[in-house]
Amino acid sequence: MPHVMEVCTMALPVKATKTIDARGSFCPGPLMELIGYIRTAPVGEVIEVLSTDTGSRTDIPHWTQKAGHEFIGVESRGDHDAIIVRKTH
Amino acid sequence: MADRMSLVVFSGTVDRLFPVSILASGAVANGMDVEIFLTFWGLEAFRKGRPQTNMKMSADYQELAPMMMQLMQEKHVPSWYETLQKAKKLGNVKVYACTMTLDLMGLKKEDLDPIVDGFAGVGEFVDRAKDSKITLFI
Repeated sequence: MPHVMEVCTMALPVKATKTIDARGSFCPGPLMELIGYIRTAPVGEVIEVLSTDTGSRTDIPHWTQKAGHEFIGVESRGDHDAIIVRKTH
Repeated sequence: MADRMSLVVFSGTVDRLFPVSILASGAVANGMDVEIFLTFWGLEAFRKGRPQTNMKMSADYQELAPMMMQLMQEKHVPSWYETLQKAKKLGNVKVYACTMTLDLMGLKKEDLDPIVDGFAGVGEFVDRAKDSKITLFI
């Protein structure tokens, strides 16, 4: 199983147009929030999920790729991560 | 045709109800359907009003219960019931009450929490579970 564990400490060159703040939420919280939101999101939207749950770093990329959307990357922002994805369909 | 996860919920303590809703959420996240079969103490836990008042913890871990409950409150962990409601909203999750337990306890649909979708006998449940990718007993 491919493991995406590269976490950027610099900002990725993409601007999110939607932020889902799931900090403090426990697995499967952040992922479920993303799934719930992405259904109604406009195609092409770049979404960042803010999470303090380390499971999200692998859960979200895995789900995103399985669902056919684009996984852009994980940014470390000190006390939380920003997991960035794009809705492709 | 989506893959399915079948869950037999025999337990009625809060600590064991958490994995029910978390597993259901994981299944939904994987695009799977979920069928939950409530029996014995699992059915008891879904009586009208019970999800909101149930504070039971496994007897073996009773002394850890207050600490666990406090931790969950402090960290704003959603209740097992809320997590199950969320899974139901995001995916195809069906909750069925075991007719044997229902009859034994003399219960009817009105006595059960609205999240319960219907009833099933063990024969029907097993017939469906044999085609499920994952079947678990909690």
